[in-house]
Amino acid sequence: MAPLLDVRDLTTHFFTQKGAFAAVDKVSFSVNAGETMALVGESGCGKSVTAASILRLVPDPPGRITGGEIIFEGRDLLSLTMREMRKVRGGRIGMIFQEPMTSLNPVFTIGDQITESLREHRSISRADAERRAIELLDLVRIPDARRQIHNYPHRLSGGMRQRAMIAMALACDPALLIADEPTTALDVTTQAQILELLDELKRSLGMAILLITHDLGVVAEYAQSVLVMYAGRGVEAAKVEDLFHSPIHPYTRGLLGALPHPDDDVDSEGRPLPLNEISGMVPALDAMPAGCRFEPRCSYAVPACKMTDVRLAPLAEGVRSAACLRAADIVQDQP
Amino acid sequence: MRNALAFWRRFSRNRAALLGLFIVLAIIAVAVAAPFLYPDDPMGMVAQPFLWPLQDPEFPFGSDSLGRDLGAQIFHGAHVSLLIGATATIASVLIGVTVGSLAGYYGGWVDEALMRFTEVVQTIPPFILTIIVVAIFHSTIGTIVVAISIVSWPSVARLVRAEFLTLREREFVQAGIVMGMSDFRLIVTQILPNSMTPVIIAASLMMASSILIEAGLSFLGLGDPNVVSWGAIIGAGREAIREAWYISALPGIAIIAAVLGLNLVGEGLNDALNPRLRRR
Amino acid sequence: MQKVVKRNILGYKNNESKSQRAPFHSTAGSLWTDGAQERLDPQRFHVPALIKPVLSRLWRSVAIVVAIAALNFIIVHMAPGDVADVMAGESGAASPEYLADLKQRFGLDQPLIVQFFVYMGRMAQFDLGYSFRFGRPVASLIFERLPATLILAIPTLMLAFVMGSVLGVVASRRVGTWRDAAISVGALVFYATPLFWIGLMLIILFGVKLGWLPTGGMQTIGANYTGFAYVLDVGRHMILPVVTLSLFYMAYYARLMRASMLEVFGQDFIATARSKGLSEGRVAYRHVLRNALLPVVTVLGLQVAHLLGGTVLVETVFGWPGLGRLAFDSVLSRDVNLLLGILLMSSILVVSTNIAVEALYRWLDPRIGAA
Ligand SMILES: Nc1ncnc2c1ncn2[C@@H]1O[C@H](COP(=O)(O)OP(=O)(O)OP(=O)(O)O)[C@@H](O)[C@H]1O
Ligand SMILES: [Mg+2]
Repeated sequence: MAPLLDVRDLTTHFFTQKGAFAAVDKVSFSVNAGETMALVGESGCGKSVTAASILRLVPDPPGRITGGEIIFEGRDLLSLTMREMRKVRGGRIGMIFQEPMTSLNPVFTIGDQITESLREHRSISRADAERRAIELLDLVRIPDARRQIHNYPHRLSGGMRQRAMIAMALACDPALLIADEPTTALDVTTQAQILELLDELKRSLGMAILLITHDLGVVAEYAQSVLVMYAGRGVEAAKVEDLFHSPIHPYTRGLLGALPHPDDDVDSEGRPLPLNEISGMVPALDAMPAGCRFEPRCSYAVPACKMTDVRLAPLAEGVRSAACLRAADIVQDQP
Repeated sequence: MRNALAFWRRFSRNRAALLGLFIVLAIIAVAVAAPFLYPDDPMGMVAQPFLWPLQDPEFPFGSDSLGRDLGAQIFHGAHVSLLIGATATIASVLIGVTVGSLAGYYGGWVDEALMRFTEVVQTIPPFILTIIVVAIFHSTIGTIVVAISIVSWPSVARLVRAEFLTLREREFVQAGIVMGMSDFRLIVTQILPNSMTPVIIAASLMMASSILIEAGLSFLGLGDPNVVSWGAIIGAGREAIREAWYISALPGIAIIAAVLGLNLVGEGLNDALNPRLRRR
Repeated sequence: MQKVVKRNILGYKNNESKSQRAPFHSTAGSLWTDGAQERLDPQRFHVPALIKPVLSRLWRSVAIVVAIAALNFIIVHMAPGDVADVMAGESGAASPEYLADLKQRFGLDQPLIVQFFVYMGRMAQFDLGYSFRFGRPVASLIFERLPATLILAIPTLMLAFVMGSVLGVVASRRVGTWRDAAISVGALVFYATPLFWIGLMLIILFGVKLGWLPTGGMQTIGANYTGFAYVLDVGRHMILPVVTLSLFYMAYYARLMRASMLEVFGQDFIATARSKGLSEGRVAYRHVLRNALLPVVTVLGLQVAHLLGGTVLVETVFGWPGLGRLAFDSVLSRDVNLLLGILLMSSILVVSTNIAVEALYRWLDPRIGAA
């Protein structure tokens, strides 16, 4: 069965005063219907730009999608007219953002902002739209939904706002929900609640989720497949179990080593052990190495890495791929 | 030094700002050149009256109804406009910074009282207030400067107060308090230098508006009678406007150029100094 | 590392066994009752929230007006010389007796502090006193001239606000195009142009060269029009002064609106609006404009004060019989009562605009006053 969303060689450039650079560089991945696919990577690696590119929301200027295909439900989104694209946005693909505090318009009520989406995509009466808005708020478990639709965003807590955002994104039963770090700005308990909610909604509504995060714990818990990004490129794609069981790309291995271990990894006095951080820094966008972008920080690097612009390539097993010259060696090393 | 260079690079990327700077420098040059180009009294009747510009090569800017050289008047007028604009701006900034930093630093009733006073001053129509002040005391460059600064300081005060309110909570200020620095030292050495950016931007815009106010005053005949000023030339030209409109038109263009140039510089400074807006 | 993986994978598996929620549409709409009650929900229109702060604002405004009256008195009396000196100077040979008589008649022989309390007491009874110059009650002089100024100021503010905002919006939606460039350059130039100069140039062009419009005054002298013809006549006379005053403020609002729109365009909730599939027009006019208006509305009060100053110049240029010109004449003739009366009047105008602006702001921005 063809995947719901198939992104192929997506490239998005920013044209700035310092010159053009690709914030997303030939990134490919796919999301199956009803599945959660995670995009992970450090801050600035291009996750949000990838998400924005799918909905063609990259601010132009300075950004522009310069290559690739985004096949969604059998059509290339990049070839759609603006009018067709708008039907996809909010209709077939919903999106929620990182900052619930600033992602809702402060001067309209929650209800207004939900019904707006409904009335944009469906011919539905005002009263019906309002009824549906209340249903949606119930669905995302905002208490007292009938009153809350008349409330303004500033009256709601961060968690409640993010729930309202989710209700908005789900208004028209989208097949895919893009969640760009939906919990980064929330406190830990609320984070868990929101992620649980998303997971349940995914199941009950049968939609797919593209979950963007830099938290591997979240990936392990909620995603089925994952793409690890580094400096604008995909470096490893795999099923979640495979990735955590046997990470291949040195960057992924580094990240997994860097996972905080809340209970196991304390020393005899109960202090957490130092994290296994990856040494070095992400290269600046205007000073990218010509070969593998991770090479300067990589403990597996060989001289050839400096030269070879290595791309995501399927490994022998077929279901996973990594962008590393030494992938085969690393696989052999695995216990 | 490196900062200054980086600033200049950002500023000079903005072509409009460069144009503004060029205009402002040109007007300064005109003001400086006036006593050399036109060493005689610009109020002297030297030509045949009502010479249109370019009509007589000796008086390329033409002459007014009394046969005074318009070129000499406009060149000397630049001097007055810039002088009044600059001093009034400095005076307004001094008053505004004082009021604003006291209100912002001490807060409480000091803030309340000073800001209420500021609000009251802003409620009086500014131009009428300048007219009153100039009319009450005799019209000299000094009283005009005082009058303009009386109406201009409130915006600076608000700006500085807002800066102080945020800066007061910052670590380096808190550190200063803990170290037992006196209020005065804290204000002058710690907070003020860090709140100067918006003040500098406001100052260049304020100089532009001061020039406009001065022009309005002298147009109404309230300018210093002993010096030539652009507004006064326009006012005098009004008498014969039907036949010789160029007398009023030319100094107006000079005013527009000066004000436009200063506004452009102000905006350029804003873009170059304000990191939040630099993206655009 | 292995341990972590296991635990996380386990967590993921645990998760799967969680109870499934009811499907999407089953949270029935049966809870919905009649909409009538909904429409009256005060929270929705927040009526009390609108009135209460306005009332408290009203008290503050009264205090401001009183403070302004006091301040005006002080400023005006700092003047060396008074109306008696001016009148005496005008009538030439002024005998000391005549002067003393004048001063006594106007209460100018009293100590300043007494004059101050007398003045404030009269203000409290809305008694603006007599104009020394015209020998008539100040209030009647002001109300005679006020309409002339209002028919300049009100159309100017409306024209400038509406047209300026429209231009700013148009420019902001097409940043970097020739349309934006034309609007921005135009706004920049008019923002730098003295009012009185524009007035003179318009007179030359439309009054003298083209002969389309009258060059001064409020009506055609000696025509004695009545009814509709009179309105039309005044209307024709209004055009040039209103345009003169408007251009500057239009430029101001266009610049402010453009900057404000661009600021809002960059905010997160605009991305949200776009991600809902709204058209660019709807995003701009519903989501951006409403927020961008906020800072623009706030300056209206200050603009009214500024505008009243501007009327002095425009009324001078066009010989318009308004309050601005009256103020100017009262300054020149040291007609203290009249001047104080006009200043009080204009501060009441400014303060009431501020009240209206605040109410408008509250209505536009639900975040204010809701706390
Ligand atoms: N509007 C823009 N103009 C210029 N560069 C941009 C713009 N938006 C993003 N970028 C650049 O694109 C790169 C990728 O940014 P992106 O926001 O996708 O990162 P991210 O992976 O989402 O990070 P985070 O975890 O912090 O959200 C960054 O280096 C950023 O500087
Ligand atoms: Mg991001």
